[in-house]
Amino acid sequence: MSLLTDTAGAHAPAPASEKTSRGPRESRLSVVVATGFLAVIAVYMLLPVFWLVVSATKTQGDLVDTFGLWFSDFHLIDNLRALFTKQDGVFLPWLFNSLLYAGAGAAVGTLLSAMAGYALAKYRFRGREFLFSVVLGGVLVPATALALPLFLLFAKVGATNTFWAVFLPSIVSPFGVYLSRIFAAASVPDELLEAARIDGSGELRTFFTMAVRLMSPAMVTIFLFQFVVIWNNFLLPLVMLQDDRLYPVTLGLFTWQSQVSRDPSLQILSLTGSLVSVVPIVITFLVLQRYWKAGLAAGAVKS
Amino acid sequence: MSLRTQRPVFRRALVALAALPLLATAACGGSDSGDSASGGQGSCEKSEGKVELTYWSWIPGVEKAVAEWNRQNPDIQVSVKSTPNGNAGTYQNMSNALKAGNAPDLGQIEYDSLASFRLQEGLTDIAACAGVKEAEGDFVKWTWSQVTFGSGGEDGVWAVPQDTGPMALFYRKDLFEKHGISVPTTWEEYYQAAKKLKEADPKAYMTHFSQTDPNWFSGLLWQKGANMFGQEGDAWKVDVDSPAAGEVADYWQKMIDEKLVATDLQGFSPALYKAWNDGEVATWVSAAWGYSTIRDNAKATSGKWGVAPMPQWSAGDDKAGNWGGSTTAVLGKSEHPHEAAKFALWLNTDPKALEILNREGGLYPAAVKGLDLPALQQPVDFYGGQKIFDVFADASKNVTTDWTFGPTMTDTYRFMGDGIAGALGGKGTLKDALAQTDTKTVDSLEKQSLEVAK
Repeated sequence: MSLLTDTAGAHAPAPASEKTSRGPRESRLSVVVATGFLAVIAVYMLLPVFWLVVSATKTQGDLVDTFGLWFSDFHLIDNLRALFTKQDGVFLPWLFNSLLYAGAGAAVGTLLSAMAGYALAKYRFRGREFLFSVVLGGVLVPATALALPLFLLFAKVGATNTFWAVFLPSIVSPFGVYLSRIFAAASVPDELLEAARIDGSGELRTFFTMAVRLMSPAMVTIFLFQFVVIWNNFLLPLVMLQDDRLYPVTLGLFTWQSQVSRDPSLQILSLTGSLVSVVPIVITFLVLQRYWKAGLAAGAVKS
Repeated sequence: MSLRTQRPVFRRALVALAALPLLATAACGGSDSGDSASGGQGSCEKSEGKVELTYWSWIPGVEKAVAEWNRQNPDIQVSVKSTPNGNAGTYQNMSNALKAGNAPDLGQIEYDSLASFRLQEGLTDIAACAGVKEAEGDFVKWTWSQVTFGSGGEDGVWAVPQDTGPMALFYRKDLFEKHGISVPTTWEEYYQAAKKLKEADPKAYMTHFSQTDPNWFSGLLWQKGANMFGQEGDAWKVDVDSPAAGEVADYWQKMIDEKLVATDLQGFSPALYKAWNDGEVATWVSAAWGYSTIRDNAKATSGKWGVAPMPQWSAGDDKAGNWGGSTTAVLGKSEHPHEAAKFALWLNTDPKALEILNREGGLYPAAVKGLDLPALQQPVDFYGGQKIFDVFADASKNVTTDWTFGPTMTDTYRFMGDGIAGALGGKGTLKDALAQTDTKTVDSLEKQSLEVAK
């Protein structure tokens, strides 16, 4: 005790440091609780992914026979080989199709959304709010409800079972337009546009040289969002496509899974295929996430 | 959301609309049934020049058989699209395509969905096409009765039989031997065997009763001759809760009540496969195609299974049920029915095609000749070297021919599945499930403006 009081008296800043260290010590409990909570959530989220990784390394027999969350004999290479050679190697085109639908679809969709959102935010014209309300209404209509009407429309022009039948509906994103308008209103100053006009820049040039750069964080967000939406879109390709060379990977794997009762080996291939199909999404996120973070911050501290 | 849930209703309305003209023509044709109801007779002419056909199917590896056809027939080129399983979306897509007028020339349709497609005018009567009527003897009897809707071809031929699922009893030889149980030949013996198994090993079940396979249960009714549907002129007769069906329901209710069957294992689920591997489920009354389901999912039990004919309701009988199987149909509005029918016949009778479909897709052929495929004569290692397909070949010939599927089987199966789930959960009995299915099916037929015989 005396030693403690001695120390306390001898060093003037000690109480202060004690006070500051008490702060963190108090919060250490909450840090532990918070971290623990987050860890539980993380395990909860990652467990299915882990199961997928483990399952993809098993044979069909081991899949049902051994403990689901741990490895048995390692057959990932065999499974991958079977996956990429099944049905004359149709899996690779599926993967490529998905990349094309999602990559090109999201790129074009993002550009269209940005242009529409910019126009709604920066130009004054009659019916602007009405148009925006219609777009907002579009956010509420689920894509599944539109699949059958779209099919009948495309059938009328003889375009079902083509690349365009999935691509064209994919580039429409009401949510993207909404986000673009909000972001354009906040991040593209009117003064800047006036300055550009005074300097003689055309509207199109102003948009592509200035607005696009200012809006780029929002555009990355829209791109990622749209990429994932198109990648996961299932019903539209199911309704539109019958040619298995045009299938995206989701529909292809579903087709295999639905044939399992006739060819049980398709089950393990569906699993391995699911694992492989996650990889491009993960890569896209890893590459683009820093822009995304920058974007969120930029939006938050905008003055 | 609400739009989405309305879609089936919307579709049903369209189906009902499509049904009206069909009923009208059927009414005209009813008086002299020698003339085809749809006027298909005589209209099956050969097309000029090179023909290209499209075909939707979900048989794994079907493209290899089609490639063989294309090699042999440069003037009739078929392009096959590998689609998801019929009930997983392809039937809906076919209906959509029929409405939109861009349906394929040929499609895979299971026996239990033929009536519903015929109702939507989704099928072409190919009776007049060269070689079709003559092909009757090439197929196992009951399959021809399915594609002609019991008319023997008088009322048109609406598809070509492709594969079948004749049922038999898969059982664990080793467990039966261990507990001194002999292979049951009647359902009464099956029940006694189940009791004996339970006494010897309280953890073991005779079989599993799945709530997700109503078509399995209808296979059991099929064997009993408990016809769920019939046709009286233009009217449908719904007889799901017939006395014969009631007997089957009572029997399985007894098995459920005495806990002789597992009620918490669903068909084709990992839990079931695990139970097979662990020896907790000793038998499965299943179709010919089921042999690969056990083989590939219960590897630990290799050599321990045997196959015996389905148990009988009266000793000395040799009746079998059928579970699954499909046809190749020429869809409505095909411009080349002659060529399409020719391809469909080849695909399902040519020895080479049958061999490919059996090897790649595990199809058990509907063609009589197909039962003699070399692959179906071989002893199967997984089943201890038993020639299991001999059992199924006999079963196939013993499937009764007077079974009729209703025009709304998807609905009927759903009602039955709901009822079975209730019975397994202790709410009501299987007999209640049949009664419910009966009433609801009558409702669903009447909603489609179909005449129901009282």
